[in-house]
Amino acid sequence: MASNHSVTLDTINPKILECEYAVRGEIVTLAQKLQQELTENPDSHPFDEILYCNIGNPQSLGQQPITFFREVLALCDHPAILDKTETQGLFSADSIERAFQILDQIPGRATGAYSHSQGIKGLRDTIAAGIEARDGFPADPNDIFLTDGASPAVHMMMQLLIRSKNDGIFCPIPQYPLYSASIALHGGTLVPYYLDEATGWGLEISELMNQLQQAKSKGITVRALVVINPGNPTGQVLAENNQRQIVEFCKNEGLVLLADEVYQENIYVPDKKFHSFKKVARSMGYGERDISLVSFQSVSKGYYGECGKRGGYMEVTGFSPEIREQIYKVASVNLCSNISGQILASLVMNPPKVGDESYESYFAEKDAILSSLVKRAQQLEEALNSLEGVSCNRAEGAMYLFPRIRLPNKAIEAAQSVNTVPDAFYARRLLNATGIVVVPGSGFGQVPGTWHFRCTILPQEDRIPAIISRLSEYHKGFMNEFRD
Amino acid sequence: MTSKALDYENLNENVKKCQYAVRGELYLRASELQKEGKKIIFTNVGNPHALGQKPLTFPRQVVALCQAPFLLDDPNVGLVFPADAIARAKHYLALTSGGLGAYSDSRGIPGVRKEVAEFIERRDGYPSDPELIFLTDGASKGVMQILNTIIRGASDGILVPVPQYPLYSATISLLGGSLVPYYLEETANWGLDVVNLRQSVAQARSQGITVRAMVIINPGNPTGQCLSEANLREVLNFCYQNNLVLLGDEVYQQNIYQDERPFISARKVLMDMGPPISKEVQLVSFHTVSKGYWGECGQRGGYFEMTNIPPKAVEEIYKVASIALSPNVPGQIFMGLMVSPPKPGDISYERFVRESKGILESLRRRAQIMTDGFNSCRNVVCNFTEGAMYSFPQIRLPPKAIEAAKQAGKVPDVFYCLKLLEATGISTVPGSGFGQKEGVFHLRTTILPAEEEMPAIMDSFKKFNDEFMEQYEDHRGYSRM
Repeated sequence: MASNHSVTLDTINPKILECEYAVRGEIVTLAQKLQQELTENPDSHPFDEILYCNIGNPQSLGQQPITFFREVLALCDHPAILDKTETQGLFSADSIERAFQILDQIPGRATGAYSHSQGIKGLRDTIAAGIEARDGFPADPNDIFLTDGASPAVHMMMQLLIRSKNDGIFCPIPQYPLYSASIALHGGTLVPYYLDEATGWGLEISELMNQLQQAKSKGITVRALVVINPGNPTGQVLAENNQRQIVEFCKNEGLVLLADEVYQENIYVPDKKFHSFKKVARSMGYGERDISLVSFQSVSKGYYGECGKRGGYMEVTGFSPEIREQIYKVASVNLCSNISGQILASLVMNPPKVGDESYESYFAEKDAILSSLVKRAQQLEEALNSLEGVSCNRAEGAMYLFPRIRLPNKAIEAAQSVNTVPDAFYARRLLNATGIVVVPGSGFGQVPGTWHFRCTILPQEDRIPAIISRLSEYHKGFMNEFRD
Repeated sequence: MTSKALDYENLNENVKKCQYAVRGELYLRASELQKEGKKIIFTNVGNPHALGQKPLTFPRQVVALCQAPFLLDDPNVGLVFPADAIARAKHYLALTSGGLGAYSDSRGIPGVRKEVAEFIERRDGYPSDPELIFLTDGASKGVMQILNTIIRGASDGILVPVPQYPLYSATISLLGGSLVPYYLEETANWGLDVVNLRQSVAQARSQGITVRAMVIINPGNPTGQCLSEANLREVLNFCYQNNLVLLGDEVYQQNIYQDERPFISARKVLMDMGPPISKEVQLVSFHTVSKGYWGECGQRGGYFEMTNIPPKAVEEIYKVASIALSPNVPGQIFMGLMVSPPKPGDISYERFVRESKGILESLRRRAQIMTDGFNSCRNVVCNFTEGAMYSFPQIRLPPKAIEAAKQAGKVPDVFYCLKLLEATGISTVPGSGFGQKEGVFHLRTTILPAEEEMPAIMDSFKKFNDEFMEQYEDHRGYSRM
């Protein structure tokens, strides 16, 4: 019986073996091991702490949550205290008011009850109004599906779209590996389109056309196009003109446009602005009948950085009623997303306004976080560009830098001799030498023969000089060792 | 663009096949009627707080403080929060790596998983390894993850009780696997007979299906029965002999309304059976904060515990969990609080016990009221709700009613439940949504409406039912066997 266990590496779903997710992959396992060693013996390594620059997890690196949001959430978690006068001494008046307003939208004020499977109606109304205020085009609360973060919504769409290996999903290369992993788990085929590093990670329609032809010739039916804007790991903000071309392309080729817009509030350059794909499509005169578009948003990024809450939504437009029913059905199997996350999503899309009691402190917190991100992005980018053989596009948005390292042949050979992908070899040595955790570019996809790593801009400002100096020192040493 | 990029024709077939009646036709109709102004009593889903059950005070205090840690620095916080809630909030915050707003370890906060392991050890008397406990956004996500790990294709079968909670059938459909039903015996209190199991497996195998796993729901949903120790031993032996991984859905373990069969976990029985079985049978056990006397459905807090799953397979399961980054942190804290509630001597202990007991005792009374109420109705037979949160009466529909249903293009129990809804506002789930023997009809309702409202609800049901039976019965009497 022992050798015939039902669940073993040999008998589990092979799609699981196939999928990969480098953001929390090998390098992180190694980092955790080193962390353990440091705890047991602080002198065991040439550094005294692990610096996790592998994941967009701002609050784990000291970023503070937005006070107003947390006040409202705390009151919604424990509405019983709203009846106590002492509560007014602990919370701002407008957070109490907002909590009442939200609780009134929840039957029985029961924040512990399963809600409607798309999320609480009143909160969807708020989010729709927020989308309309952002874009200048109406949004329908019935188009909104609140989910435990944006990731489950992405999985849902892959589940609907992928029938077999012959169904392809267009993904940018480099991409956030949720997409490659999700496509693998659902048994589909990833159809790559390469972003152009030389032009700031630009997206060329000719590249899309080319890849589409190639896919078709292999018998792949391409079903959808994923665009991440601002980009992850690449950080570029698409030019509006580019966005129009993408919308036109999807419309003409009959592709569902999957717009990952979770970094919409992370824009660091004055010459770029976020334009939602919905806004772009609508301003082109394209409506429900013209283009099928799913837009994803999350509470994990922006200036709020509430990763642990698992809040997010997808706005689904341009689908038939039958498909809408099916999406609802799939959402209903899980009953609903966590209520606190739903409330947070509504706060993110409808934050304090000028004149509200909490506005000034809210704005000061937001501004401090965003200005600091701009600064950190610039400092790290500059430092990376100063390294031998390293070039780094600017982080126009999102939370990452994705420098390219021109690894000398000797280094590549050394990597191959230990059966390691060259950028993973570089990243592992970096970790062992400095305690800095980055994700090798191979985890995101890159033009073959090029090497990158993704590093977040999230460590607190006072850590940045140390990171820069340790990284620089390591890199010099590496190049000295392996220079051709 | 003439045809849509994604329309019904080119939709994934597995999605088309998937059904989830709990929020299906009846619920949608009930929601429509509610919008039109009709008063609806939603008994379609185990959602206690939606029917007036109050949250336990202590956990809400702790999570509110974790949500807004700046409160902890306020000198007046003690005016609104008791000292033990304050201390516990600090305890959980210290276990996180950046408060509620940071992704945790993809398996959940290590300190909370340790508390879960300690709970399991206290409950069962056997040590549990926190490394084999994964926290999830509700137990349902955990079930989906594990089934996704097991099911390779259509020739992989999963043994599922009939009637079952349709998360299982829906998920198996979505994943493209095969559901292998084993029938529970309604006349034997929804008992589980190994003979039925053997038959089901033999039949599946003859159709070329490899049966990979067996699901037990204990206490049962929708049926409520609590498995005896002997039954669990039989099941474990059966799994051992047939190389099945046992999936133990134990989310209702706190909801027990009789004393003959207290809850006993599949893991405890497995360990009691000793080697070789205790070292060989693979088991995954599921639990949640949504049920019990907590009823915190909206928090989405759950876990699964793996026993005898090889390390490499655990790694792969971890890998998939990491793609979702982490379960929601507040839900994890609710789980920590559930498995390590206030202790005697704690400031909040008495209130916590009072609130918990109040809920459980009332549930026990309501289980009885509902069972008796249904049994007093014409052509209705109802097994006692031994556990969980539901009543699953059998409705013996007369032939004329079944004919009327056919005429209306409806499955008979859907027809009955729609009429019940329209007449009384009571929104139930037809038994066909859970599976039942051919020609036998049921409905599922919850025992969750407020105790004060129960008599009126049961009266309303009886009035509707008896009139329905009057309308559709032959006056020769109901002739179904």
